[in-house]
Amino acid sequence: MDLDAETPGSPEAPVVDQQGRWKHLYNVLSKPGPYTDEDWAPGSETIQSLESSKILGAGGLGCEILKNLALSGFKDIHVIDMDTIDISNLNRQFLFRQADIGKPKAEVAAAFVQKRVKGVTITPFVGKIQDKDEDYYMQFKIIICGLDSIEARRWINATLISMVDMEDPESLKPLVDGGTEGTSYHPAPLKGRSNLRTGFKGQARVILPTLSSCIECQLDMHAPRPAVPLCTIATIPRQPQHCIEWAHQIAWQEKRKDDPFDSDDMEHISWVYNAAYERAQQFHIHGVTFQMTQGVVKNIIPAIASTNAVIAASTTSEVLKIASSCNPYLDNYMMYAGEEGVYTYTFEAEKKPDCPVCGNLARKMNVDPNMTLGEFIESLGERAESQLKKPSMRTEEKTLYQRFPPQLEESTRPNLKLKLAELLEDGQEIAVSDPAYTIDFRFRLNFN
Amino acid sequence: MKQQEAENAEGAAGKKKKKVTAAQLRVQRDLQELTLGNTMKMSFPNPDDILNFTLTIEPDEGMYKNGTFNFSFAVNQNFPHDPPKVKCLQKIYHPNIDLEGNVCLNILREDWKPVLNLNAVIVGMQFLFLEPNASDPLNKDAAEDLRTTREAFKKNVRSSMIGGTVRGISYQRVLR
Repeated sequence: MDLDAETPGSPEAPVVDQQGRWKHLYNVLSKPGPYTDEDWAPGSETIQSLESSKILGAGGLGCEILKNLALSGFKDIHVIDMDTIDISNLNRQFLFRQADIGKPKAEVAAAFVQKRVKGVTITPFVGKIQDKDEDYYMQFKIIICGLDSIEARRWINATLISMVDMEDPESLKPLVDGGTEGTSYHPAPLKGRSNLRTGFKGQARVILPTLSSCIECQLDMHAPRPAVPLCTIATIPRQPQHCIEWAHQIAWQEKRKDDPFDSDDMEHISWVYNAAYERAQQFHIHGVTFQMTQGVVKNIIPAIASTNAVIAASTTSEVLKIASSCNPYLDNYMMYAGEEGVYTYTFEAEKKPDCPVCGNLARKMNVDPNMTLGEFIESLGERAESQLKKPSMRTEEKTLYQRFPPQLEESTRPNLKLKLAELLEDGQEIAVSDPAYTIDFRFRLNFN
Repeated sequence: MKQQEAENAEGAAGKKKKKVTAAQLRVQRDLQELTLGNTMKMSFPNPDDILNFTLTIEPDEGMYKNGTFNFSFAVNQNFPHDPPKVKCLQKIYHPNIDLEGNVCLNILREDWKPVLNLNAVIVGMQFLFLEPNASDPLNKDAAEDLRTTREAFKKNVRSSMIGGTVRGISYQRVLR
């Protein structure tokens, strides 16, 4: 590795007492505390089970989480991240050096920590969490995520929930999720409070798929990114940001319609900056800068190292508690606000009975492949387990039958005459909505 | 040969695992609960893709009566966290719709919440034609006309709808 020997904290200079390193961890794992479960057996067995637990970490809080996991005694860690290292990461993502710019984060971080902490194996995967399937996720004991988008969180949540097999306790994988404002996920501001996002807030939560409230249950709690009304932007801007939004959303569309905007293209950013600057002058607004332009169009919220550290520490200690049972784990949501001093609040988010993800686990249903879709729909009204009178249904790629609006009903009506075998594959999952129920249903159709 | 067969089987199994996404499921439900009335129609260029469709509004009262207005709806996989993206497909004279088709409706942007559904959006869209709003302008000229002389604005609406020119801008014919 091409590292400057002078760099403080480089893996070439480990001045670590390998025996002393685990002393405090072993203290925690070798004697019960006031909140430990009565049945818990402290000592070597617990330590061993911890060391053999396979953990998966993913996402933007990666550096902190990976370091924390390795120093908490986990020996078999997998990490997924699709990003490469950018110069702007170096101020807080402490596993990366100047020479690493452009290299995949997962690989560099894994190599660094593995070198620094003796005896730990870290397996990196460069790519998206969506590239992996259920078989892959099944091998882990716990999944810990510091993802940077709601979409990715919803995906891993839905995947882990659909993996749960009620007869196999091993199929239930606890999900520990951490996020900060900088990773575009934050609790909705209270009415009247400023919704300016400064990167000082975060949250940690523990999700036991199907047993506790899931990410989809809690979706309403989180505010979408604050937006300025389009008309303010189009007519009377009041802030430099409004001028930038105008240049980005309105001027670009008018002048460069056939040129898709790319926030990584410097020429595009410069164009938006110049247009915004001109508009700001017209309205006597000061403060439009190139940096602000970049921040607004890329929706950059400053990532603050201390917020990341607090959230990563909280999530990793939950993993330690779940894996070793040394103490009760978080039940189930901790919010953190660090703008003025430090404030945390812990509460139990409730499971939503009509949650579209954890409220409707796919049920197996045996069907005759020669039955038509119309006959199948009729049978759904008669089966005791469903009693659906007016269902609409689809697979991931096909609209099987949709009752409303009329145009869609008309184009899906011919499907009613087709046999199930012509529309579906054996074992395929369908999703069914019926106006009589507030909850939707999923069925896995197995051909007789 | 055997190996290839095995691979094919694997491919099929992988495909089978694809599940209906939360966004699709929510749209399926939202569509079923729509109230379109006589003034709205929807069309789906690809019936298997319910996330992309066109809404046609044909107001039967108000200043835009007898017009046919088409809007494209694009719902992404992050729905209902993200609002649907709505654009007017014609160049029309309306204070809250600009010449590019951008629509200024609060629940499509700053006031969107995941608890809102597609019906709330189409009701809002319909309302824009019954009560064009001069205080949230996207087409500044049209808003100004509406604010100063309502009668002149009405006239402009009529001449724009037959494909005429208002203040030097020619509009698309949208009469039924």
